[in-house]
Amino acid sequence: MNINTTKIISLLFFIFSAFYLYTAYQIQVFAFDENAPFNARTFPIYLGYAGLFFSGLKLILPDPDTIKVEHRTLEYKKTALLIVIAIIYGATILKVGYFLTTSLFLFASYYFLGERRWVLMFLLSFPFVAGFMYLLHGVLEIYLRDPFLKSIGVMG
Amino acid sequence: MIEGILIGLTTALSFQNIFMVMIGCFFGTIIGMLPGLGPMTAIALMIPITYGFDPATGLILMAGVYYGAVFGGSTSSILLNAPGVPGTVATSFDGYPMAQQGKAGKALAIAAWSSFAGGTLSAIYLLFMAPSLSKVSLSFRSPDYFALMILGLTAIAAFSSKGQFLKAMMMVVLGLMLASVGQDSLSDITRFTFDNMNLTDGISFVLVVMSTFAMSEALTIILKRNDPTAAAKQVSLTELGSIRINKEERGKMYRTIPRSSVIGFLIGVLPGAGATIASFLAYGMERNLVKDEEKEKFGKGSVNGLSAPETANNAACSGSFVPMLTLGIPGSGTTAVMLGALLGFGIQPGPRLYMTNPEIFWSVIMSMYIGMLILLILNLPLIPYIARILAVPKNYLIPLILFFSITGIYVMSFNNFDIYLMIGIAVIATFLRLYDFPMPPLILAFVLGGLMEENLRRSLLLSNGSWEFLWDRTLTVCILVTTILIVLWHIYKTLTKK
Repeated sequence: MNINTTKIISLLFFIFSAFYLYTAYQIQVFAFDENAPFNARTFPIYLGYAGLFFSGLKLILPDPDTIKVEHRTLEYKKTALLIVIAIIYGATILKVGYFLTTSLFLFASYYFLGERRWVLMFLLSFPFVAGFMYLLHGVLEIYLRDPFLKSIGVMG
Repeated sequence: MIEGILIGLTTALSFQNIFMVMIGCFFGTIIGMLPGLGPMTAIALMIPITYGFDPATGLILMAGVYYGAVFGGSTSSILLNAPGVPGTVATSFDGYPMAQQGKAGKALAIAAWSSFAGGTLSAIYLLFMAPSLSKVSLSFRSPDYFALMILGLTAIAAFSSKGQFLKAMMMVVLGLMLASVGQDSLSDITRFTFDNMNLTDGISFVLVVMSTFAMSEALTIILKRNDPTAAAKQVSLTELGSIRINKEERGKMYRTIPRSSVIGFLIGVLPGAGATIASFLAYGMERNLVKDEEKEKFGKGSVNGLSAPETANNAACSGSFVPMLTLGIPGSGTTAVMLGALLGFGIQPGPRLYMTNPEIFWSVIMSMYIGMLILLILNLPLIPYIARILAVPKNYLIPLILFFSITGIYVMSFNNFDIYLMIGIAVIATFLRLYDFPMPPLILAFVLGGLMEENLRRSLLLSNGSWEFLWDRTLTVCILVTTILIVLWHIYKTLTKK
């Protein structure tokens, strides 16, 4: 049996809307606001019903323009690797600092995407990030936290 | 008005702002050329940089990126038959055949002059229309605003893509749901935070834009094994031909440009419509208006067929600024991103912007003329070289997009949670994109969520909880009737589709 993924997404959205609606009803409002024409839970409740309505319609109505995705042709491995690298980058950026983590993130991303020109990879990571940092921090005066550069005395 | 124009001109002509327009046009042209990466991605990537400037400069930079991206999209349509943005699909109908006939240079020149004329004419329309509309919109009440937002969200869903109305409406609801996370603006009661302190202030607008556009587009390119830069490598610098336009061709353009600019501007003003519909309508209208012998040339390299959509799509860009600057309600996903950025600056666009921040209001309009001129001077002779720059391998392009996205969030919050949330939303958005769930309705809804709740709150409180406010005022009724007509038209189109 062929499963229509759009319908599955609609079903997931339907469940999500039901959960959203349930959570909306649980929002604690002030006692004097409980019977007011509009309180903090009014709009979310309408949204919950709207979500149920549209996803319900999508589930019920026929779908003549079914989108078929050829999963075998998709590059899951590289995409997953990039996401993992991005998560590691996000986890270390505050502790290690902007310069080192960003440079390593770029270098690793180039490598995992299949690049092997080492000099170019280096130039487009460490010196590039240094230049970009100078633009943000030095020229535009946008604060960049970097404990690593601070520890070696490069950044104040 | 004269005083405002002078203020705007002084601001727009400052060295910094001219430089920003140039940077914006250049960067926008490059991004716009890459199929799949549109103006929204280009503007999203620029947001963190704009926070280093004052609001007028930031908006000028973003506006430059916007029309640069639309112009860049036409270049890839003409040279490669690969429209960089949906608004330039109609350009390829006659632009690409012209390029195949060895007249790529001429096609680029016609596109550049048409874009310039369309953008300039519509900036003149904007100059006269925006202040008048600002005055009219002062009479708008909360029910009218609420109805107008319903119209905007319905229209963007109806016009998003063929047969995808329900998907787009689901994205609208999702955008509104994301906007409802955090403290309620009036009572300060927290909603949907699940006791997570990081969500108390809500989800950042930049985070949502970066994750649903820049980051998820980068992931989609990798996932689908697309190479947006591959086509650019095919561009031959030696085969472009002359960029001279002869007298006969100029004559044809003189007739096409004024009418296409009017239709482009008017369509741009309409919420949700934008450059794509404007360019198709202008193309269709032009084909009906020209003589039979010229009609035969459509699709085979017609000057009118190329000039009309190019004029209209640039005119629509300026037109889309009208609802944003005068009503504070963006008409398209791209202007929604700009509105969000302006809100980040602490500026509320709307009818009073014209009086409270005239330097922003007028300098954006004035910078449009400068931007169009710069696009013409900078891009026309440089297009073949810019196209070659695009041959940067995707192995470098994708990590750089991810880097700009994450940096954008990092400099705003210095918070790991935001980066994780961004990656999470980007992964979901990438998956949704695979199945043609459109992202612009989500962004528009996210930006309008707070305003919509605020106006519904006021309307319901004033009418004591009754929904009568929807038919109490003629203006509200007119807006709602328009919304219903759009939905009915969409249902009719779906039912009659073969």
